[in-house]
Amino acid sequence: MKFGIVVNEGPFTHQASDSAYLFTKAALEKGHQVMRVFFYYDGVNNGNKLSSPQADDRNLVKLWGDLAAEHKVDLVICVAAALRRGIKDEILAEGFRISGLGQLIEASMAADRTLVFGD
Amino acid sequence: MADDSRREFDTEGVKKRFMFVNRRAPYGSIYALEILEMVLISAAFEQHAAIVFIDDGVFQIKKGQDTEALGMKNFSPTYRVIEMEKHDADEDEDIDMVWRIIVERESMEARGLDADDLIVGVEVMAAQDLSALMAEQDVVLGG
Repeated sequence: MKFGIVVNEGPFTHQASDSAYLFTKAALEKGHQVMRVFFYYDGVNNGNKLSSPQADDRNLVKLWGDLAAEHKVDLVICVAAALRRGIKDEILAEGFRISGLGQLIEASMAADRTLVFGD
Repeated sequence: MADDSRREFDTEGVKKRFMFVNRRAPYGSIYALEILEMVLISAAFEQHAAIVFIDDGVFQIKKGQDTEALGMKNFSPTYRVIEMEKHDADEDEDIDMVWRIIVERESMEARGLDADDLIVGVEVMAAQDLSALMAEQDVVLGG
């Protein structure tokens, strides 16, 4: 199965990013394909490398980056949503890239299923 | 910024049914504005689209919005662009794209509104029928 994943909330405030991460990881480990993970709305905050959670908590920004490194998952931050929230290349975490909303529509066209994680 | 070109998918000839579900009031959060940006971008891909307004989302297309006291931009006129896209899609035989603007009847009536209160022409649809339509979609995006 080819999945497109959409993350609509930032890390920590909502569970959406955790759920999306766990789903994406499980899908990849089961041999499914994840075409792209697209971060929209406050979801763009998942790509902020300045995020520094306490040591005994999960670090979602790093977890996403590790997943991208291991499985070559394409993590795309929406540029319009990102600029509003101060997410720019200077603070973009490893494994993420910034691009346009067209990347979401295109991934949804290419995927068998598009899953939205939000609130 | 990374190179997008190596990340392109072959979507030639792909035609899907997208539904955009607007379910929140226009200015209490950013969802209404950003989903609108999503809808507008999608037009370039010539996919079928149902733009749906339910719950407080109905207020997004209410006439006479005045945001001056809020200090926020009144983006409601932009919904007319959706109406224009729909009109173009309906009229131009070369564009294989059907756009629908739909308001859920129950949500509209519960808020004391009728179709004349809305800034764009809409199809008013009962929740049960909307539910069936939603089940037929390929991609459902919301905010």
